[in-house]
Amino acid sequence: MFVRHLQVTDFRSWPHADLPLQRGPSVLVGPNGQGKTNLVEAVGYVATLGSHRVATDAPLVRHGASRAVVRTAVVNQDRELLVELEITPGKANRARLNRAPVPRPRDVLGILRTVLFAPEDLALVRGDPGERRRFLDELLVLRAPRFAGVRADYDRVLKQRSALLKTAGSARRAGSGGDIRTLDVWDGHLARHGAQLLAARLDLVADLAPHVAAAYAGVAPESRPVRVTYRSTLGGSLPEGYGEPGGPRASVEELEAALLAELYEVRQQELERGVCLVGPHRDELELVLGDILARGYASHGESWSFALALRLGSFELLKGDGGEPVLVLDDVFAELDHRRRRRLAEVAATAEQVLVTAAVAEDVPDELDGARYEVRDGEVSRVR
Amino acid sequence: MYEGPVQDLIDELGRLPGIGPKSAQRIAFHLLAAEAADVTRLQEVLQRVKEGVRFCEVCGNVSAEERCRICQDARRDPTVVCVVEEPKDVLAVERTREFRGRYHVLGGALDPLSGVGPDQLRIRELLARIGAEDVKEVILATDPNTEGEATATYLARMLRDFPGLTVTRLASGLPMGGDLEFADELTLGRALSGRRSL
Repeated sequence: MFVRHLQVTDFRSWPHADLPLQRGPSVLVGPNGQGKTNLVEAVGYVATLGSHRVATDAPLVRHGASRAVVRTAVVNQDRELLVELEITPGKANRARLNRAPVPRPRDVLGILRTVLFAPEDLALVRGDPGERRRFLDELLVLRAPRFAGVRADYDRVLKQRSALLKTAGSARRAGSGGDIRTLDVWDGHLARHGAQLLAARLDLVADLAPHVAAAYAGVAPESRPVRVTYRSTLGGSLPEGYGEPGGPRASVEELEAALLAELYEVRQQELERGVCLVGPHRDELELVLGDILARGYASHGESWSFALALRLGSFELLKGDGGEPVLVLDDVFAELDHRRRRRLAEVAATAEQVLVTAAVAEDVPDELDGARYEVRDGEVSRVR
Repeated sequence: MYEGPVQDLIDELGRLPGIGPKSAQRIAFHLLAAEAADVTRLQEVLQRVKEGVRFCEVCGNVSAEERCRICQDARRDPTVVCVVEEPKDVLAVERTREFRGRYHVLGGALDPLSGVGPDQLRIRELLARIGAEDVKEVILATDPNTEGEATATYLARMLRDFPGLTVTRLASGLPMGGDLEFADELTLGRALSGRRSL
């Protein structure tokens, strides 16, 4: 698939921008602070309904404007779809598909699939487990948009259950018992939604792991081998082989039963601490370098290679699923050494469409020599 | 910002559900330009709704008397009780003209985030009612969202122990006149698992 046309209004620094695109590599070049990243961020937003740079929508709207609009024409197997998103912070965003409104913005998920690699991705290796969970869930939604709903339901139940534990916990500490009559009900719902999310993540990691290991070996052949594994709060009660490449597909029913049993186990502890201790919201995607965890131990270069391998692995995985994703490389070539640049460029050259941003055109390897746009003073113009 | 009473009115209207700052302003200026008699009538209605409206002692629905119209109606089947969250849900079910039983209004759904537990809902009244009256079926018609589902599950557990009582849940699935291809997976999945034989 590829984005044939991108149009933004009041998005970030752009009052308006109109960018016709095509298959193959497109390189946006311009000095820092001219809004190159903002344009590819808009493409990423259409694919994930989120930004790779900020957690909330407010910064996406140009200062002084009340809403931002992103329009993309996406061509997938010769079929063109027009996706329009209206971003209004503090209100529900709206989406239109081929000019017709859809009930919920998440109904347009899956039309455009992107894999975006950016300097922020270093946080995948060095940051909190939450970064890696978000990485998994985003990839999950790209593969199967239904999981956006599963994730939202799980988060809602989790919030309600945590609120109940918190009030019951503090009532207990004050010596007045605390009302936990409904806790069983919330346990049941948490286990049901949690099992779906957990099963999907385990299967995803099993499918993704070989791609990541191969991508890392390609990017940094002299380094120790890496692997990615999913560590669940269920620990030992997780059935054997789940989440491992070639292992059995996770069964939702089995996981639901295991989650319920574990919740029962830790109930006393949860009440004492007033927090929800079991479930996919506390799981971790472990990135292992040789035989130690990459987080905290990997060198700067190794961390970059690992982050790159996670993205390239995702790209290969989605490609294998059919519906080749658009590859977006935001300002990354300046950060990579010669060999990693070449390796990234080799993979990128196989993509149906690659969008690249760079401050200096010389940083971009020759393999990605395609269309070139200059971004300067609020204008974007094709120069080649 | 407007001066004095006009801004006060806009602020008050803006606190109502579904009314944003612009609508509040439009309504305020409409009232300002309206005939005095119209405003007085609105004022009286507002007063009456706070003073005069009561909640039915049996089902908890809004009512003008001690018992609401439905609970007084001898033609309604007392053996079937439909449990809903809000009085407006009673109206929604009534519009179908399919249901000839009676209602029980909970006054909300389980919502720990807002501090709503079983004691804040009319659950004790429901249990007392089922124990005292000859109820054969309870239809759980809470909203099909996180809070509504949790409430339904909780009620189902509480009602398990009544001998001879059937507890049912509203079906969820495809909308009438809808297209199968446009249904989301969750809805379609539920419709599949809740299928019936013909």
